[in-house]
Amino acid sequence: MNTLRNTFKEILRYPSAIAGGAVILLLIAVSIYAVITIPYNDAIRLWRGGEDVWFDSPKFAPPSWINLFLSKKEPVSFAVNTANGTMSKTVTAGAQNTSTINMSYSFDFQYDEYPQEVSIYFTSKYVKKQPFASVQWVTPDGRKIRIDDIALDPQRTLRFSQDQRLIQRLNGEDPMKALFEDPKTHAILKGKYQVQILGVTFEQGSDINAEFVLYGQVAGLAGTDQNRRDLMVALLWGAPIALAFGLLASIGTLVLTMIIAAIGTWYGGWMDDLIQRITEINLVLPQLAILIMVGTFYSHSIWAILGVTILLNIFTGGIKSYRAIFVQVKESMYIEAARAYGASNKRIIFLYLIPRMIPLLIPGLVSSVPSFVFLESTLAVLGLGDPVLPTWGKIIDDAFSNGALYKGYYYWILEPAALLMITGLGFSLLGFALDRIFNPRLRDI
Amino acid sequence: MAVAAQSASEISKKKSSSGSTLLRVGRYTAIRLLTLFVTVVIGVYLTILIANMGGYVDTIMKSQITERITQAAAANPTFRSMTPEQRQQTVQTQIANEENRMGLNTPVVIRNFTYLANALTLNLGRAINMTSDSGSKEVRLIILERLPATLLLMGTSELSLFFISLLLALTLSRRYGSFWDKLVILLSPTSTPPAWFYGIFLILLFAAVFKLLPFGGMIDSPPPTNPVDFALNVLKHLILPASALFISQFFLSIYNWRTFFLIYSSEDYVEMAKAKGLPPRDIERRYILRPTLPTIITQFALLLITVWTGAIVTETVFQWPGLGRTFYRAIGFFDTPVIVGLTIIYAYLLAITVFLLDFVYALVDPRVKVGGNQ
Repeated sequence: MNTLRNTFKEILRYPSAIAGGAVILLLIAVSIYAVITIPYNDAIRLWRGGEDVWFDSPKFAPPSWINLFLSKKEPVSFAVNTANGTMSKTVTAGAQNTSTINMSYSFDFQYDEYPQEVSIYFTSKYVKKQPFASVQWVTPDGRKIRIDDIALDPQRTLRFSQDQRLIQRLNGEDPMKALFEDPKTHAILKGKYQVQILGVTFEQGSDINAEFVLYGQVAGLAGTDQNRRDLMVALLWGAPIALAFGLLASIGTLVLTMIIAAIGTWYGGWMDDLIQRITEINLVLPQLAILIMVGTFYSHSIWAILGVTILLNIFTGGIKSYRAIFVQVKESMYIEAARAYGASNKRIIFLYLIPRMIPLLIPGLVSSVPSFVFLESTLAVLGLGDPVLPTWGKIIDDAFSNGALYKGYYYWILEPAALLMITGLGFSLLGFALDRIFNPRLRDI
Repeated sequence: MAVAAQSASEISKKKSSSGSTLLRVGRYTAIRLLTLFVTVVIGVYLTILIANMGGYVDTIMKSQITERITQAAAANPTFRSMTPEQRQQTVQTQIANEENRMGLNTPVVIRNFTYLANALTLNLGRAINMTSDSGSKEVRLIILERLPATLLLMGTSELSLFFISLLLALTLSRRYGSFWDKLVILLSPTSTPPAWFYGIFLILLFAAVFKLLPFGGMIDSPPPTNPVDFALNVLKHLILPASALFISQFFLSIYNWRTFFLIYSSEDYVEMAKAKGLPPRDIERRYILRPTLPTIITQFALLLITVWTGAIVTETVFQWPGLGRTFYRAIGFFDTPVIVGLTIIYAYLLAITVFLLDFVYALVDPRVKVGGNQ
């Protein structure tokens, strides 16, 4: 207990260890937050979801906080719905089972760019007689622009910039420009806009709900990708996956390496020789190529890759350095004492040899985590990422294959890259300090 | 470093009086060659097994053949005049021929051994799906065609990295504790991310934002005809991938060498030399560099092998037409001969290097005796 406290005190003497530890704690906090707020199944459903899940967010939209750094503000995406009360709706009953439904929404538009698109998604309930809706647009200077009058199917979408009748009425002008600019100066008109929907139903129990979506140029805290998905889902869920992959691979590799090294040294003879030969064979194998082959031929699953990674990493240089230490430990007095009172081989290996090594193991454990985290993203960048799980590497791969660098969607690469970098730095900083604490020989150097 | 540890164990205790040196060296050489050869055989056989996926790749390739030939038959106008049975028969013969050509009719186990025997005799054979730019299916030609690109990229980055970091480390080890020394320690964690990661940032900065350098590739299309322009153009394409490889290892490399030199500069004989008042340059050359020479040579030899194999991901990200990218594409095409060809060359190079290093140690370090511990 005392040694533990001393070690902890010593760790606090290294600023880099504190910084690294803080980063790791933060990552753990983010992971817990992600797993609690977006349960696993939800995360998969959101990440694998197409237009049906993400229809109300724009494509390729950078995060909305970039407006803070832009002189020309980009419109922020939003969606309002009469079903959940974010858009006002009043129903007035009329004669012969008809009813009039007034829906409207006002918003303040203070941006310097046009939005990508404006759409209204109608959902209506009826048996025979289709309800009817007419949509009108009110600009800040009081002009009223008729958008369209349409009969409503159970599901009906009105996309303003693809509405042929509206385009004709605007003499072929782009609706986004016509709706958002001053007709005289052709500059964007800032102020309060209003969309008004007048719906009429012709049956008892018939009803209309509308969702008004303004597809801005920026959206959310993380932005969106080619499938309209909010990158936040993957950025959040990338943390627990990266941590799990990195830690499992690192612990699995080191613990197995140590056990095998201990067994080889203890029994010696042909067992030791065999381990040495396997290490040499492993040196000849092209490691990354084998991982790529496993990813291509056998399984895309991140856990299969994890297993192969551990297998390939057991028999490397590490086993030789452990062996060198075990050879020394094997000769020490307490082992001899254990042998004298008749302890079994298993007991000596697991209770006497291996525990001696654990302090030496910890720095290596911490500092090898980032390499595994980056290995996962490396495979993802080669297109071999897990197809189901949202990981940081997958985002970079998506961004890369959609030409994010050519088209200027830098946020798409920078966000996951920054997280990867922070994770890597956190573990390296801590590992570096731990190395100096547990291997005092390094301290003077 | 692992090899260095091995060499340390081979430091002889005392010259044994029985048996001549020649016999000892001869026996050692034979045993060493045999074990290395067995290692290479097993390593390559494992790679072949994985590349064939225990026969599952066959199923994939067979269905690909069937699909391709059936589609080609459906599109071929001469087939329309045939009766359905005739057409079916022709298609079946074509499929059988194609399977025969790819060698899918021999059992996997036998085919694996054929691959192994051919690979070990460096008879690299013909690729299944890939072709070289000149249109050849010879694996040898595919590899030779890609080799210059890889040698250029890896040679530039790795060699400059090796020598620059070695020199800087030697300088730093002399003034350890200085500002630059601390800076290198502080920056050494920057070597955690792999080269492609820095590559992305470099592309973003220099190709996308500043538009100074190309996004990837090795040469503009069409390539300049003037040889000077051609060289300059290749150089322009080389800067980003080479710097990515360089940056990603730079600080860790300096740090490792510096620590290594520091350990050797605290040896008693170095202290002794200092006490004698020898000039620092002499101490560096005779008392630090000389005993560390085996390790430096080992690292250099291993580096030469990396130069040969290329960098799979960096080359893919930069679309550099080298061996690494060829390896990656070969896996995508299920092209076992190419995968095996690249692996065997790597395995042989590694085995030969490890073998030769033993003798090099004995040459540069008089304390080491070949086969001394046997």
